[in-house]
Formats: sequence, C-alpha cells, structure tokens
Amino acid sequence: MMRDTIILRVVAKLLLPAILIFAFYVQFHGDYGPGGGFQAGVAAAGAIILYGMIFGIPAAKHVIPTTVVEIMVPLGVLIFAGTGVVSMMLGENYLNYSPLRAAPGDGQHMGILIVEAGVFITVASTMLAIFYGFGGLADEADAEAAEAAEDGEK
Amino acid sequence: MVITVVGIIRAHNLFAVVMLGGVYSFLMATVMVILDAVDVSMTEAAVGAGMSTVLLLAVLHLTRTREAPLRHKPYIPLFVCLLTGGALVYGTLDLPPFGEANAPQNLHVAPYYIENAERETHSPNIVTAVLASYRGYDTLGEVTVIFTAGIGVLILLASGVRRRRVKPDPLQDPKDDAL
Amino acid sequence: MTTILADLNYWVTVFLLVGGLYIVVAHGNMIKKLVGLSIFQTSVYLLFLSPGKVLGGTAPIIAEGFDVYSNPLPHVLILTAIVVGVATIALGLALVVRIHRSYGTIEEDELHDLESDA
Repeated sequence: MMRDTIILRVVAKLLLPAILIFAFYVQFHGDYGPGGGFQAGVAAAGAIILYGMIFGIPAAKHVIPTTVVEIMVPLGVLIFAGTGVVSMMLGENYLNYSPLRAAPGDGQHMGILIVEAGVFITVASTMLAIFYGFGGLADEADAEAAEAAEDGEK
Repeated sequence: MVITVVGIIRAHNLFAVVMLGGVYSFLMATVMVILDAVDVSMTEAAVGAGMSTVLLLAVLHLTRTREAPLRHKPYIPLFVCLLTGGALVYGTLDLPPFGEANAPQNLHVAPYYIENAERETHSPNIVTAVLASYRGYDTLGEVTVIFTAGIGVLILLASGVRRRRVKPDPLQDPKDDAL
Repeated sequence: MTTILADLNYWVTVFLLVGGLYIVVAHGNMIKKLVGLSIFQTSVYLLFLSPGKVLGGTAPIIAEGFDVYSNPLPHVLILTAIVVGVATIALGLALVVRIHRSYGTIEEDELHDLESDA
C-alpha cells in the first residue's frame, strides 16, 4: 500500500517513540493528571497500529507476535480480578485494596496502579488483536486481487 | 458538530462518511474539554478519532465504498425520528439548567468523592480514584466486556479464513455452505 | 432567552440522538448504520457529561487554589463506555465483514432480494 513512501516511513519512525512514551506517561501519571489505563492502552495500541499500517502487518507481528497478544488479552482481566481475590484473602471486601500496604491510603494507591496496569494490558492487546484480525483479512484481499490481476493478464 | 452530522446523513461516499466521523469525534473531544471532562476527552480523541476510523477504513477496504441509493422514501423513519426528538425535547424542559451546582445529580455521591478521594486513595485525580477504587467492580465488568468483544471479533474473523472465490452451487457440494 | 441557553446542551444532545437514530433506521448500508450508531452513542455521552459540569468549576483533579470541581462520576461512567463502545463497534464491523464475505453485499435491500430469490 504505502510502504514505499519515504516521508511516511521517516515521520512514523520519529513519531513512534514519542507516542509510546506518551502512552506510558499517561499510564503511570494517571493518578495525578488526566489519564489512566484505558487511554494509555489505546495510545500504545495506536503506536503499534501506525507501525503496522506503514511497514506492513508482518513487521508489526514481528514486534508483538499474535500469541503474545492473545495471552495478554485474558492476562489483564486476570490481573484485575486477581487483585480482588488477593484483597479478599487479606480479609477485606472484594476489590478493596486497603490491606495491600500498611497504611490504607497507600494500599488504595497501589491497588489503583495494579488495576490500571490490568486495564492497560487488556485494552491495548484487544485493540491490537482486532487490528490484526481486520488487517490480516485486508492483506489477504490484496493478495487475491493481485492474483486475479495476474490471471487477467494471462 | 451539528453540521458534521448533517453531512454524514447526506454523504453517499462511505470514505467521506468515515472521515466526517473522525472530524465529529475530535469536535466531541473539544466539547468534552469545555465540559471539564479531560479524561473522557482524551479517550474520545484516541478511541473515537483514532481507533474507530482505522477500523472503519480497514472494513471499507474489505467491502465497497459507495452506498446504494435509498429505495424507499424515508418518510416513515423521518416521522418516527421527529416524534422521538419532540418527546425528548419536551422531556428536557423538566431537567435542571446547565451548570447548576445544586442540581440533584451533583448532590448525591459526587461531593463525597470530591472531598475524600485524595485522603482515602492518595490519588489527586478523582476520576482515576473513582474508576479504579470506588467503582472498581464496575470497571472490572467493563474490562470483561472489552475482553469478550475482542474474543468475539477474533472468532468471527478467524472462522472460515479461506475465502470462497466463486459463489458455491448448492447442488454441487453441500459442504461448501457450511461456514 | 435564559431558558433557551440553559437547555441548549440538551437540545444539541437530542439533535445528535435523532440524527444517529435516523441514520440507523433510514439507511440500508451497514457501515453507515454503524457510524450512525456511534453518533447515537456519543449523544448519550453528552447527555451524561453536560449535567455534571458546574459553572465556574474545574476538572476534577485536586489542586491548590481550586474549590469547585465538576462532578467526576459521569466522567468515570463515560470513560469506560467509550472504550466499550469501540469494542462493540469492532464486533459489529466483524459481522459486516462476515456478511460481505457470505453474501457479497452490505446493503440490507440487496440482502432481502437475495433471501426472496432463494
């Protein structure tokens, strides 16, 4: 598609680290400024999607393989639910993070960070999985169109 | 924003529709900043304008990009929509005016969150505190929905990866009909 | 005049909702239907967010020098709703792709024709 355009390639390479750093800033600064797992997840997935759109989906899959994505999708939910189970084992209600640390406020803060990480993992990997799904089909369609064109030439 | 929606209704080229959708999302994000919802605005800009547009473009690549002209005159849907709109406008007359600090929705649990969130969770961003801590169960449900939707997309797209070139003749091979 | 300004946000919301509804009901193209559905969704976001705004208030992030904050609760609800919304739209798009692959069309009218022919 647009893999041969040099401006796109260079600009994308310049933008990618910025986007990723921004995503992680949003993730870990989410309790002080605007942001959190949902936004950071989408931003990080967006960075990989940009890479996949410009350098081709196989290149993106080389960076983050499909299996990793498929493991990450349930992993985030498990982290979230597991935090709840841990707090329940420590004698509090489900998803009450106070007992995670000595002071209840610190515990809550830590719980928020863990849970946001879970949200981040699930959101980012789900978006990537959806993109890989649609993108794979698009590549297939491209290949078939090319084949059909070759057949037509014969 | 209103103009963009009218444009989306009128446009028949689906590329134009998708692009107007992206414009609409960015405008919506701006409105959200004005409404003090910075977290939401960030999400809308990333999700609505970024992700949805990319997904819609990918699907347009897979299908076709022009909409067939309408076959029926759209009078009945128009009537239904106008009726709904009229009823809703009538309903808004009873809602509290914009920006009222003492409106009922701002007096329920919100003051508690605003007063206690930082002390109880050490997180100055109240939205994050409520999202992850006070309403953690809610958010767990939402994450599960996203998870389920992702699985659904993967299942739908993965089954029958082999694309049929020719339309199958049902008399010839019944197995072709099974997807 | 004041009532008009006080209710303007609701009326914009209603217009967006009706516009989205019109696209969903009147148009036969499934991608356009999904775009209409997302407009419908955003109108609901606006419906939730606009009453939460307090005039003279600021974004709900605790900082020195601010006393009035907007209501954070709708922000939380809508934040998750947006991401869930895009996930469901993706699910709908996957269905559209499958329908296109099986029937070769994404127009409802043409699908009806195919059904009545068979």
